[in-house]
Amino acid sequence: MGKHNVTMTINGESVSAEVDSRLLLVHFIRENLDMTGTHIGCDTSSCGACTILIDGKSVKSCTYLTVRADGANITTIEGIAADGTNHPLQKAFHDQHGLHCGFCTPGMIMRCIDMLETNPNPTEKEIRWGISGNLCRCTGYNNIVKSVQQAAEEMSKEKEASV
Amino acid sequence: MIPANFNYHKASSLQEAFALSAELGEEAKYMSGGHSLLPMMKLRFATPEHIIDISKIEGLSYIKEDGDFLKIGALTTQTELEHNAILKSKYPIFGDAVWLTADPSVRNFGTIGGNIAHGDAANDQPALMLALRATIIAEGADGKKTIPIDEFFHGFYMTALEPGDILTEIQIPKSKKNSGGAYHKVERKVGDYATAGVAVHIELDDDGVCQEIGIGLTNVSAVPMRLERGEEVLRGKKVTDELIEQVGVIAGEDAEPESDLRGSEAYKRSILNTITKRMLNKALERARQ
Amino acid sequence: MFSCKTTPEVGGMGHSVKRKEDARFLHGKGNYTDDVKLPGMLHMVIVRSPYAYAKILSINKEKALAIEGVLAVITGEDLAQYNLHWMPTLLSDSQMVLPTDTVMHQSQEVCAVIATDRYIAVDGAEAVDVQYEPMKALVDPFKALDEDAPLLRPDKEGQKDNHIYHWERGEREKTDAAIAAADVVVKERIHLPRIHVASIETCGVVASYDKDTEKMLIYLTSQAPHAIRTILALVAGHVGLSEEKIRIIAPDIGGGFGGKVPVYPGYVIAIAASFLIGKPVKWIEDRSENLVNGFARDYHMDCELAATKDGKIQAFKVSTLADHGYTDSSANPSKYPTGMFSICTGSYDYEHAFAELDAVYTNKAPGGVAYRCSFRVTEAVHAIERMVDKLAAEIGKDPAQLRFENFIKKEDFPYASPLGWSYDSGDYKATLEKAMEMVGYADYKKEQAEKRAQGKLMGIGICTFTEVVGAGPSKDFDILGIKMFDSAEIRVHPTGKVLARFGTKSQGQGHETTYAQILAEELGIPYSDIEIDEGDTDTAPYGLGTYASRSTPTAGAAAAIAARKLRDKGKKIAAHLLEVSEEDIEWEIGKYFVKGAPEKSKTIQDVAFAAYTNFPQGMEPGFEETHYYDPPNLTFPNGAYICVVEVEEETGAIDVKRFVAIDDCGNIINPMIVEGQVHGGLTQGIAPAMYEGIVYDDEGNVLNGTLMDYLVPTAVESPHWETGHTITPSPHHPLGAKGVAESPTVGAPPAIANAIIDALYPLGIKHLDIPITPDKVWDAIQVAKANA
Repeated sequence: MGKHNVTMTINGESVSAEVDSRLLLVHFIRENLDMTGTHIGCDTSSCGACTILIDGKSVKSCTYLTVRADGANITTIEGIAADGTNHPLQKAFHDQHGLHCGFCTPGMIMRCIDMLETNPNPTEKEIRWGISGNLCRCTGYNNIVKSVQQAAEEMSKEKEASV
Repeated sequence: MIPANFNYHKASSLQEAFALSAELGEEAKYMSGGHSLLPMMKLRFATPEHIIDISKIEGLSYIKEDGDFLKIGALTTQTELEHNAILKSKYPIFGDAVWLTADPSVRNFGTIGGNIAHGDAANDQPALMLALRATIIAEGADGKKTIPIDEFFHGFYMTALEPGDILTEIQIPKSKKNSGGAYHKVERKVGDYATAGVAVHIELDDDGVCQEIGIGLTNVSAVPMRLERGEEVLRGKKVTDELIEQVGVIAGEDAEPESDLRGSEAYKRSILNTITKRMLNKALERARQ
Repeated sequence: MFSCKTTPEVGGMGHSVKRKEDARFLHGKGNYTDDVKLPGMLHMVIVRSPYAYAKILSINKEKALAIEGVLAVITGEDLAQYNLHWMPTLLSDSQMVLPTDTVMHQSQEVCAVIATDRYIAVDGAEAVDVQYEPMKALVDPFKALDEDAPLLRPDKEGQKDNHIYHWERGEREKTDAAIAAADVVVKERIHLPRIHVASIETCGVVASYDKDTEKMLIYLTSQAPHAIRTILALVAGHVGLSEEKIRIIAPDIGGGFGGKVPVYPGYVIAIAASFLIGKPVKWIEDRSENLVNGFARDYHMDCELAATKDGKIQAFKVSTLADHGYTDSSANPSKYPTGMFSICTGSYDYEHAFAELDAVYTNKAPGGVAYRCSFRVTEAVHAIERMVDKLAAEIGKDPAQLRFENFIKKEDFPYASPLGWSYDSGDYKATLEKAMEMVGYADYKKEQAEKRAQGKLMGIGICTFTEVVGAGPSKDFDILGIKMFDSAEIRVHPTGKVLARFGTKSQGQGHETTYAQILAEELGIPYSDIEIDEGDTDTAPYGLGTYASRSTPTAGAAAAIAARKLRDKGKKIAAHLLEVSEEDIEWEIGKYFVKGAPEKSKTIQDVAFAAYTNFPQGMEPGFEETHYYDPPNLTFPNGAYICVVEVEEETGAIDVKRFVAIDDCGNIINPMIVEGQVHGGLTQGIAPAMYEGIVYDDEGNVLNGTLMDYLVPTAVESPHWETGHTITPSPHHPLGAKGVAESPTVGAPPAIANAIIDALYPLGIKHLDIPITPDKVWDAIQVAKANA
């Protein structure tokens, strides 16, 4: 069946490929582009391990066709900070012990980037609802909340400083 | 996890969508947000031969008050509904519902049109549309159709949309003074479909007499249902606690829930009673503000 | 609270150093099994049975093989040629790899499609045409021993019915007599339903056989790679896979929790496929496959707790029916078919106890998996802690008070439990007191009285548990014969840096940090200079893996002892360097110095360098040491958890208002990591308490086999956990540490269940099985009201 040419920007770089209609975006990223930081944890769009950003908005890449992403601006975990540096969320998850096995972590962080963009100063309740589409089996979520709180504070300071 | 193979077509305009649909026939399905259809395709519960992607059609994503109506474009995403200033201030029932629909990432791409056009009584928006006395605007190769919400839901996954037609806009009577709406659903965990959900919209006159009332129920029948008998109890009367009790009882009686993993039929009927009363009170509170 | 002997830079025990392993995970550079790509790699997808019990009439591969890219369809008949269609389970039962005539549970593997591409393999699987003749499935374990029940395992020699085994421990007659003579007896049948570990990464394998070297390289989501290697060699040795040619690499693992201990049929099929084809084969489970294969729990426990009228416990009896599915593939030590269930006598001092169990076959997925429970301790603790609360309610005594009056006293350790355990240490009174203080127990009791007077439902639930972890001493413990020791191999390089390898395998527990901290404590070398490595059976010393909270008790101990051996050798080298005799050398963490002349010293780094460049004549060169630790006993962590809930009578809705967890896991290596483990275990505890349970219909169909209906808690369902510690070190462990990560999954469900049932006490509701959901509460309230 149909093959389609797609071109998109991924982590700032232009990528072109010919793909099957049914190729899920998560597989395109993991297999065609060899970027395995985005993970697969379920088959019913429930777990969020595959979360990336499309045009800045968090999306479960397992529920998105690659062909639909033609022209999109995509960010994955590999692209949120320059090599050798850390995004405030990466730093915060490390400082606050927000990860154990690390499998849900990339999706969780990508979701939090969108969340903090729309709600820079969330309450604990808002954080918990904000990550309700991302399952973690290891951490019990307490420290993920603390990680987001630390990152929110740092990112607010950065914003103030740059104004 | 992997859908069966299919042909993908992108429509850049409504006309193109209709033409593709006419050409490809019954084996073609429209995809807007994709977060209902694609999951079904991944489990191979749906195996359409063709997908017509309408998500990129311009001009179908908007929220505006225009004349006597609140008009929402069908491709407006749930997240856009959540953050919209008009809805927050004048139609808070949307905020109630969106907060309880799926999860934030799914809401980024799920559309209000898709949530309604699917014809699924488990989705949240149908109950809101019934309560708000919405009008569905659909378009097809043969022009625009105006469908009152009471004529929209025909059966399980079946709506008034003709093959090839696309739901393009939702029109809701503009918010009046002394009116208010509220929605709540009981769910087993966040992101779940409703165990039972109730949408209420009420309009009072200056003396507190109920002029208009709409009550829609989520996931307690095969087809999205209105609690007509309950509405009759209140229409034209001053709302009292006794009347609210009556409506609660009617909700428990008239719905058709089934015993399943979310609970027994008796439990669901009881929940409906409770939530109907609560939403009536919440809608009234908002109406009286 | 944690007095550290080392500086933060050295980072020994008690320091909350940040984790060394984080960077790769945060940057998306982890290496999980599905990330592994080998040249020429093929993909495998399994065709599964829709029926719980059916004869296979035919398997037609034709349409599948006609799809371009599909290379093979492997059936039970194909494997039977190599005698690989059945394999032994860890408890010496047998399990089908692929069936030749009958399927025994819904979603059982029926055949496997190998293709060049994952998508094509799925198409191939859809195209395989299997014809079944469904039979009436045996689903109810209570019917398994009926006369007319189908004989599920005619393949087992001598098997005449569906009874697997009978187990008992304790004194039946004396216990029965004590119960008969007691003032008060409370009884209950408690069911802990099936649940699933549902780690976010599912199970998978990449098997790669090289026909030239005859070596089989296997990337595997395995918590116990060495044991699996040996088992593979025993099972498949006859086809030419000998143990020195098998290399298992357990790479980064996305959560294990016991679910990645068993050998799943999918692994064996992929390994066999690679062996036959000579190319790498990858198999990664879908979530829907994962949730319906393997399970934990499923014990129906008839409990009787007897006491004096003042609540002094006299006896405890438990008779259990265990539903194992169609084969006993439990991951338990071989002499412990019921795991550590006999810890069910709990934290209390009394004389008489008797526990017995009958295990039966049914047409369900085989198991059980030891899901974060240290082998059935969840079941054991749930039984005793529910019954203790039931007793308290029966005699009208405060549940905390009842516990204080029955606790084993601090001075009574080591304590010989009625069913034969020797508890090493504990101060149960102090632990419960701390929990009560932290939650504000007295205030909540007051508030509860006030709320009850207003007709509101508020509950307080306590769980004081004793766990048993760290399997285990060689005289009693083995897995398929292999004793349950563990190991550490320490190499100190000339420049004073360390590479240490272990026989365990972290799946998120932070070993790269905590083991480094143990070595930092023992050697004084900064933890940042210590590299930890696990999981590659070619390089890691032999060990039994990470599960049952055993890593710190076994491999952690091995690390300490190996380090001490190194220190002793270092002492001789230091004496040589300082030109004094060995007796004149003293050790202060990181440094050897001359007694009475501390300015004359050599650092451990100086000594390390000298071990290669300037060692005494006749001494073995180098500075490396390995130790295999056979633990002398298990360790016994304990805890006191208190949960406060409000229940809304009208809807059954449950609101968890507070949850305080005080754990005593002995000496703590990294408080931050321990706290994180407790949080995670608590969320995996509220899960079965209020949300999760695998549901079957009468025909053996699983009704909730996806994450849409198998309700894994999100951050919204998971409360804001409050945690704390008491510390009673283990007297026999070299570090005084006990192991911790399973305590919360053990302790949380009874605490939550007790709280909800306590809330419902005014309505006359005496017990509810978990998961306690709002609809279950509502139903129970209606029944109670009707009976009132």
